Amino acid sequence: MTAKSAVALSVEAVSHSYRDLRALDDITLAIPAGEVTVLVGPSGCGKSTLLGILGGLIAPSQGRVLMEGPIADDCLNPLTYVFQDFALLPWRDVGGNVALGLEAAGLSRDARAARVAEVLALTGLGAFATAWPKQLSGGMRQRVGIARALAVHPAVLLMDEPLSALDAQTRALLLEEFSALITASGVTTVYVTHTLSEAALLGQQIVVLSRRPGRIRDIVRINRPLAGRRVGDSDLVAVEARLWGLIRDDAADAAREFADA
Amino acid sequence: MREVGFRGGGFAPRNLPFAGALTLVLVVASWQIAASLGWISTRFLPAPLAIIQALVGLAQSGELRLHLAASLSRLAWGWAAGTAAGLMVGFALGLFSLARTPGLAIVSALFPVPKIALVPLFIVWFGIGEGSKLVTLGFGVFFPTVINTLAGVDGVSRSLIRMGQSFGLSRTAILTKIVLPGALPAILAGFRITTATAIILLVAAEMIGAEYGIGAFVLSAGNLYDTDALLAGITVLSLLGLSISWAISRLERWLLAWR
Ligand SMILES: Nc1ncnc2c1ncn2[C@@H]1O[C@H](COP(=O)(O)OP(=O)(O)O)[C@@H](O)[C@H]1O
Ligand SMILES: [Mg+2]
Repeated sequence: MTAKSAVALSVEAVSHSYRDLRALDDITLAIPAGEVTVLVGPSGCGKSTLLGILGGLIAPSQGRVLMEGPIADDCLNPLTYVFQDFALLPWRDVGGNVALGLEAAGLSRDARAARVAEVLALTGLGAFATAWPKQLSGGMRQRVGIARALAVHPAVLLMDEPLSALDAQTRALLLEEFSALITASGVTTVYVTHTLSEAALLGQQIVVLSRRPGRIRDIVRINRPLAGRRVGDSDLVAVEARLWGLIRDDAADAAREFADA
Repeated sequence: MREVGFRGGGFAPRNLPFAGALTLVLVVASWQIAASLGWISTRFLPAPLAIIQALVGLAQSGELRLHLAASLSRLAWGWAAGTAAGLMVGFALGLFSLARTPGLAIVSALFPVPKIALVPLFIVWFGIGEGSKLVTLGFGVFFPTVINTLAGVDGVSRSLIRMGQSFGLSRTAILTKIVLPGALPAILAGFRITTATAIILLVAAEMIGAEYGIGAFVLSAGNLYDTDALLAGITVLSLLGLSISWAISRLERWLLAWR
């Protein structure tokens, strides 16, 4: 009987190329259990590629990812994603979308309904169980995305720029909710963003990647718990400034590059 | 000072309720009036009332039922067989690299062939009876179904499939829960084309060696220059097409309520 997952990931000498385009170069990284690791870096530096490798959706050209630590008995999908474009099934209502990850596991109908109700309440979607995705705003759709992920009681939550399709106010509100949900569940989280304020509010370990091919440029730690962090806290502002210093030149160069994807 | 003029109007057609039915009624009414006033010679074009009388006569004699039953059963079997085969092949082409390129080559080569031109060949292969008629129909329905199904499967968002994989869904679950519903709009849109194609091919096939069927009836009325009966048969075909199209709309509204 394992009641609570505590899974750490270790990335060992991972490189990845798309044909002759080198996206990631020799990444070695420890992702500690129960912490939020944020990946930041200029666009095109390989953040999504690394996240895809972490969750087994992309096979790395070189290197490997190891998983260690206990996985709770009620965890149905250890490595679970929240997507930038939400990836909701438009032909399923909110409840149906959240139930998707529960259907494969031999959960009884009642157990499934209970889990769906639980996470819908947790994410403030209780009144929307029978709404179609097209009827929801972007923010509500991403709430469905996080509810669907939490429903499987993941051991590691992999979030790829989950807020970047949303407007600034929705982003600020959802970020607070994510922070509370992650703290409450204690799930190991890898969060990809190119917004430095998100990195400072959410990150315990912030991994700064260089421009393509992505290499680890630096790792910044914030040892304060997520709860209690506020926009404008002086230590967080200082971290943001430091991150910007690390990324600035790369970002400027990356912006002048031809996009070849 | 000048007021800023509005220039953003137009290019926004709307569907007017009842306008479609009203148009048909008006056209038929004017046609009847023109015929009654002698503006159109009924030797060239029978009046609507004469066509309706012919229809009523056919219905009372039981002839209509006989022809319609024969046609509907061919339509149902031929369309269903062509659709079932087309769906299977369309999904195979959409899902498996090994099927895709060779299959597409064959489909592209055979799709543009007018199926009516093949009827004599089918008669040689399958006999003059029901076999050749069903094959003509099924063959005509098969190709557009393959093309639409393939387009539907190809159109399913890669990111939804990746999402399914990321939640550990099996291949079968991804197929039934993501690919199939994602391709459904294109498949149903294809039904509109294939049912219309099926009616055209039905009539063509029934014009060769059929005793019963709307096509056979229209052909014999034509041979006798019985234009009332000819147009009565055409009217039945038109109504058949309208009802099928209506049924597909209902099906779409039911299955695609999420859109
Ligand atoms: N499927 C792919 N095929 C070819 N190139 C790709 C593919 N996915 C990403 N790339 C390229 O790899 C690089 C890294 O991409 P990505 O990991 O998406 O970066 P990020 O998420 O940091 O913006 C980019 O230059 C991108 O154009
Ligand atoms: Mg990305």
